Amino acid sequence: MTVAIEKPETTGPAAPEAPAREVRKVNRTTVVAGILVAWLVLFFVLRGKQTLTLATADLTDLHRWFNDVNDSVGANRNSNPLFLYFFNEIRLVIDNLVTFVQHLISQPPPGRPLPQIGWLGVVGIAGYVSWAVGNWRVALLAVAGFTFFGLQGLWQESMDTLALTISAVFVALLFAIPLGIWAGLSDRFNGIVTPFLDFMQTMPTFVYLAPLTLIFLIGPASATIATVIYAAPPAIRITAHAIRSVPETTAEAADSLGATRRQTLQKVLLPMSKRTVVMGVNQSIMAALAMVTIAALIDAPGLGKTVVQALQSLDVGTAFNAGLAIVVMAIVLDRVTTAASTREENARRSKNRFLKWRNPLLGAGAVVAAVLIYLSHTYVWAADFPGDGTVGSHIASAADSVTNWAQDNLSGLTNAIRDVITNVLLNPFQSLLTDSPWWLVGLVLVALAVVLGGWKAGVTTAVCVGLLVGTGVWSDAMTTTASTLVATVLVMVLGIVFGVWMGRSMLVDRLVRPTLDAAQVMPPFVYLVPFLALFGATRFTAIVAAVVYAAPVAIKIIADGVRAVPEATVEAATSAGSNTRQIITKVQLPMSRSALTLATNQGLIYVLSMVVVGGLVGAGALGYDVVAGFSQGELYGKGLAAGLAIVLLGVMFDRITQAAARRTGA
Amino acid sequence: MARTWRAGAAGLAVLGLTLTACGGAKVGDDSAGSGGSSGKCGTFNLAVNPWVGYEADAAVVAYVAQHDLGCTVNKKDLKEEIAWQGFGTGEIDAVLENWGHDDLKKKYITGQKTAVEAGSTGNKGVIGWYVPPWLAKAHPDILDYRNLDKYADKFKTSESGGKGQLLDGDPSYVTNDAALVKNLKLDFKVVYAGSETALIQAYRKAEKDKEWVIGYFYEPQWFMSEVPLKKVALPAYKKGCDADAAKIACDYPVYDLDKIVSAKFAKSGSPAYDLVKKFHWTNDDQNTVAKYIAVDKMTPDAAAKKWVDANKDKVDAWVK
Repeated sequence: MTVAIEKPETTGPAAPEAPAREVRKVNRTTVVAGILVAWLVLFFVLRGKQTLTLATADLTDLHRWFNDVNDSVGANRNSNPLFLYFFNEIRLVIDNLVTFVQHLISQPPPGRPLPQIGWLGVVGIAGYVSWAVGNWRVALLAVAGFTFFGLQGLWQESMDTLALTISAVFVALLFAIPLGIWAGLSDRFNGIVTPFLDFMQTMPTFVYLAPLTLIFLIGPASATIATVIYAAPPAIRITAHAIRSVPETTAEAADSLGATRRQTLQKVLLPMSKRTVVMGVNQSIMAALAMVTIAALIDAPGLGKTVVQALQSLDVGTAFNAGLAIVVMAIVLDRVTTAASTREENARRSKNRFLKWRNPLLGAGAVVAAVLIYLSHTYVWAADFPGDGTVGSHIASAADSVTNWAQDNLSGLTNAIRDVITNVLLNPFQSLLTDSPWWLVGLVLVALAVVLGGWKAGVTTAVCVGLLVGTGVWSDAMTTTASTLVATVLVMVLGIVFGVWMGRSMLVDRLVRPTLDAAQVMPPFVYLVPFLALFGATRFTAIVAAVVYAAPVAIKIIADGVRAVPEATVEAATSAGSNTRQIITKVQLPMSRSALTLATNQGLIYVLSMVVVGGLVGAGALGYDVVAGFSQGELYGKGLAAGLAIVLLGVMFDRITQAAARRTGA
Repeated sequence: MARTWRAGAAGLAVLGLTLTACGGAKVGDDSAGSGGSSGKCGTFNLAVNPWVGYEADAAVVAYVAQHDLGCTVNKKDLKEEIAWQGFGTGEIDAVLENWGHDDLKKKYITGQKTAVEAGSTGNKGVIGWYVPPWLAKAHPDILDYRNLDKYADKFKTSESGGKGQLLDGDPSYVTNDAALVKNLKLDFKVVYAGSETALIQAYRKAEKDKEWVIGYFYEPQWFMSEVPLKKVALPAYKKGCDADAAKIACDYPVYDLDKIVSAKFAKSGSPAYDLVKKFHWTNDDQNTVAKYIAVDKMTPDAAAKKWVDANKDKVDAWVK
């Protein structure tokens, strides 16, 4: 569901190759090969020199300075006017908002043993709203999904998570939509805001979690703001993109009819981009749900807490049950918002005879929902979900037995896979990156960026390399880069295999897609416990975790790319006698080349976003530095520097692959 | 159209009224006695750090505070660093199980003066290097650090770069392992598993599949009741042998786990403060409650009730 609709202009099938460009492409491949060979040669000569290694407990002056800043904020909190009159006010407003929503659906308000609206009311609202903004199919899905939370025995936890998600998405959209519109209208503002958005999306949450609780205190406000920071950027980007993709001629026509800027915006640009903006809301919700377990680390109530607590005693079953609730919530919200974004169009197209009944039916539905709300406010049976969650305990024990079976029966096989990939791919590559002098690696990166992406990408890369050295964690950054690139290669292998399969068959697509959605929103630690048993606490486990999270995005993008290849072309190839293999390798893949590059870009960024999770299961390097900075005061500065290094790696790889994508797509 | 609308609305209203009529118990009917006497205790904000032993402490203290003292207990799940930060901002009243953490004591007790010590919990914290029981049985001499090099080969993994692997856990743990390996001149490399989950999983699998694992661990810990790990003897701890972090070549001291409360809470006169101050039990007590939670999968509250009911005399001493 997190398909990158941010840059769809690059997704379409590539134009057929002109012969002149073929020559340039060959040249480029040779140059890249030349750079790599030169690197290898110099590596053997200069191995182990100027590698900028830093031991786990060692700090640089920059790290100490970060520590001092952090400490002085803590010490002066109660006397600083900025806190007294600014941050505290923000905290109060957000705390009140979240508490209000919680009292409605999840937490008992003072003087009442249960929340204002009970389960029946919430299910009623969910069904009604889904039907009103979407269609009756998603309404059924919403009703089934919400009832399922109750059957799992997780009603209150789910509602806490929903309350926090609703509040965070509301606050995020409050800022994101105006900012997005501005970024859509002004190139200058877009240029300014993009690096900030990159920063917000790639900076590991662990880095700012502790400072957030210092500024906004422990409580709903901090959890909401942490979520907002992560959930707002997709909405801003997509809104800006939506405004930009309104055809220029339409806006010009409005101008020539004498419309003011304001009128053009209100009557033309906004209505025409509404559909895409709703997709921004969708992405915002998904990002917010991805934060559920992390927010639990600063005492955010809900499903995240259940997952975190169950894992303290390695109770995979219970954690899986709660993780499944998060997945169900994500799927329901995703399908409802997607249906909302396409509803008007579909309604217009299908000359449904029920259309004229729509308004009376909506009114009737509202009355039913109101009755359900009233019942659930008043009567215990409609307020407190009946039963004791036996479905949940069945799910938990099933998950436990599957996990145990896998651990008992697969570990010989999995160890072999781990050792092959670690020894053949990861170790040599990592030592190439970490044992080369830093300036050599830097030069190679800049050269590759210039060759693949052009001068602009080269300059960005040079700046990033310089700043990476400045963070003082160069060596750790290179270790992380090695794992990241190996993971990206695996992501692309999976992406191509499953993407082509799904792109060629609608049936496979429909069967596989929910699994992909689940892999993206299931909290990683739920599946990491069995992975730890299978692969041990190793860099490879971290790589697997990253692949599970990043492959779905790549698969979805490639599937869309393959499907976008014109049917006529495929038919022509078939009638010319090509077999399936030939069609895939000679027609469908080459023609979806820009989708492949986009998939690489997104795959890399998603892999990078799992670096911290990797640090929790044996990856060491930057991920571990960040986690350690979160847990130990003395290492705070180093954790922050490592977080910055992750951002820099993200920006660097993103700019290189994007520039390369533009070149291949042009 | 208007007619159908009216008909539909009327029908629904009738349906609604019917449902209401056969309603049942009303929300709030039985809430009379459930609030309890809120007494003079008020709210008590208790930090819960993320390990099961701590959860056991917190469960019992919260249960007693709620039922015997009538406090409203807010348990907040937080890591140590953030919990201590909360002393200054008034969000946290007490931390129940502190493992040394001289850095935090320096910052918040002597520096910002927002926290004060509230005495020992009675638990003794042991940190060290542990091996799975099968290994200790098959090679008893492994329990002395001098023999570790002999087996270094066996502990090699894909992560340890040709040396033996010494597995470390969560970064928030107090650890000198890197310095120890260096100063004891062992042919080992410290590999950071990164989380307690990863560490426990490694030991669990090692015991089941007879694999070679040595790593950092601690007691009291619920996992010991599932797999009783064996501690490897390092050069004995002497006072001051850990003064210079880079030169440490001795075992970890036995930590006297203690309680920390916010300075404000200590002066508040709340009965919850007296409870925290007097709270004192043994490693066995904690392990019992931790086992109820982690192995028997009881809720913390139910686990606390079970233990409190069976240990009335101990609890009475805390609330007297």
